[in-house]
Amino acid sequence: MKILVPIKRVVDYNVKIRVKADQSGVELANIKMAMNPFDEIAVEEAVRLKEAGTATEVVAFSAGVAQCQETLRTAMAIGADRGILAETDVDLQPLAVAKLLKAVVDKEQPRLVILGKQAIDDDSNQTGQMLAALLGWPQATFASKVEVSGDSVRVTREIDGGLETLALPLPAVITTDLRLNEPRYATLPNIMKAKKKPLETLKPADLGVDVTPRLTTLKVVEPAKRSAGVLVADVAQLVEKLKNEAKVI
Amino acid sequence: MPILVIAEHDNAGLKAATLNTVTAASKLGADIDVLVAGSACGGAAAAAAKLAGVSKVKLADAAAYAEAGAENLAALLVDVIKSGGYSHVLAPASSFGKNVLPRVAALLDVAQISDIVSIESADTFVRPIYAGNALATVKSADAIKIITVRMTAFDAAAESGAATVEAIAAGADLGQSKLVGRELTKSARPELGAAKVIVSGGRGMGSGDNYRTVLEPLADKLGAAMGASRAAVDAGFVPNDYQVGQTGKIVAPQLYLAVGISGAIQHLAGMKDSKVIVAINKDPEAPIFQVADYGLVADLFEAVPQLVGAL
Repeated sequence: MKILVPIKRVVDYNVKIRVKADQSGVELANIKMAMNPFDEIAVEEAVRLKEAGTATEVVAFSAGVAQCQETLRTAMAIGADRGILAETDVDLQPLAVAKLLKAVVDKEQPRLVILGKQAIDDDSNQTGQMLAALLGWPQATFASKVEVSGDSVRVTREIDGGLETLALPLPAVITTDLRLNEPRYATLPNIMKAKKKPLETLKPADLGVDVTPRLTTLKVVEPAKRSAGVLVADVAQLVEKLKNEAKVI
Repeated sequence: MPILVIAEHDNAGLKAATLNTVTAASKLGADIDVLVAGSACGGAAAAAAKLAGVSKVKLADAAAYAEAGAENLAALLVDVIKSGGYSHVLAPASSFGKNVLPRVAALLDVAQISDIVSIESADTFVRPIYAGNALATVKSADAIKIITVRMTAFDAAAESGAATVEAIAAGADLGQSKLVGRELTKSARPELGAAKVIVSGGRGMGSGDNYRTVLEPLADKLGAAMGASRAAVDAGFVPNDYQVGQTGKIVAPQLYLAVGISGAIQHLAGMKDSKVIVAINKDPEAPIFQVADYGLVADLFEAVPQLVGAL
C-alpha cells in the first residue's frame, strides 16, 4: 500500500510573528521556517505504517516556493521514500492545494492520504476535507489513533465532546491531531540519506491545475493588545479585586 | 439571496454554537434558513424555529444523518444549497463544522472562509491567522460564501422567533465512513465553549489526581467549566476535549482562571479574549502573567484551597 503525505512549509511554531507595517501581511523575511507540526505527525504515522509492514511506500508532497524542497528533505529524513514538489510563487489557498493533490493522487494511486488537520500559519483546517470531497473518498479528521487492517481503517477522532471512532473503507483521507504520535528526531545519517532520495519538481500547469487565489487579503493587522494587569499579594487581595474591581464573582 | 445556517445539534436540541452562528448570519441582512439534518431530530428543529431572525427551518430526518458523518451530510448540503439558491452558508467553527464544511466548499468549487470573527460586508470577513497573533481581512470572489464562525465572536441568538419547519427529502446513504463508537466526557458542568467561568489547569498540576482534588472544589464554588492546557492533556491528566488553545477550544468567558499554566502562545490563542484573566503560577516569569488582569505568584497547592475557602 502506498501512502501520500502532503506537507506544508510554515513559519516555525516557536517564532513570534510580526505584522508588516504596511498591513500587507506577516513579516517572512529572515524568519525560521519549518514543517507544519501537524504534517510532521502525518509523516511519522505513515513511516510507522511502513515500518510495521502495512505500507510499502511513503511519498511526501509539497506545494509552494522552491525552498519547500528543504521541507521535503526533512520528511525524507524522517523516513519518506521520495518527494514531489509542485513549485509556484503563487499564494496557494486550500482549494488550490486540494486540486493539486487530487491530480497527484490520480497519478500515484495511493490507498491512503495522511495530512495535518491544519497549518499553523493560516489556521484554515480545510485541505484534507476538500481533497476527500474532490476524490469522493471517505474522510476521518482530527485523528488520535489509526489502525489499518486489510481494506479498511479504524480512526479515533478528537471531537468537541470527547472521542469518536470511525471505520472507513480504503482508499481514504485522514487528518492528524496532536496526540496521534510523537514524531522522531531525524538522525544525521538519515538526514544524509535523505539528500540522495528522489525529488521530482513540477509546475501546477503540469498537473493541469489552476491555482489562482479565490480570496484576496485586503489587510493584516495586529489584534488589540490586552492592557497589562497587576500582581496581587495574596489570595485575600485577589478575591477583593475580583469582587469589587472586576465584579466577576 | 437567502442565507443558510447549518445547525449543530444532538437531535434532541441545538448545541450552543448554533445560536452564535445564527447571530453572525443575521449581520448579512437577508432571510435566514436553518438546516437541521439528523435522525429523530424534530426537537432540534423546533428549537431552531424559535431563534430570532430565522425564516424557515429545513428538516432532513433520516438514519443516514444520525451520526453527522461528513460524506452524507456534505452531499445533502450541496443539494440544499443549489436548490435553495443560497448566497452564504454558515456553520460553527466547532469540530462538527470544521469537519463537514470544507467538503461542501470543494464540491461546490468555492473557497471556504474559516473561523470568522467579524463581517465587514457581504463578501469581506475578518479571521484570525497565526494563532490569533494577526487578524486578516479577506474578500471572497466566489458566488457562494462558505463560512465557519468563531462562536466567541458573536452573541447567542435570542429565542423570540416562530419560523416554519419544512421537511425536505433525504439523500442516499453513501455508506462510506461508519461510526464504531463514541467516548464522550460526561459532566454536569457547563459546556466549555459557552461557560461564563472557566477554571483551567496546566502542567503545574503535576497529576490527574491533583487536577481533580485541587481544581474541582474551585470549579464547584464558581459554577465553572473545567479546561486545560495542551501539556496537561498530553500528560494524561484530563481527556482531549478539555484542551483550550489554537487547535483545541477557543473560549471567551467572563472569568478565566489559569492555574499552573505557563502560557504558551498556542494556549493564549484559545483564551486571550476572556473578559478577566487570573493566573496563579509559582514562576513569576511565566508568560501567562503578560495577559493576566490579576496575577498571583504562589504555590497553587496552597493558593487554590485558600481561594476556595475565601469564596
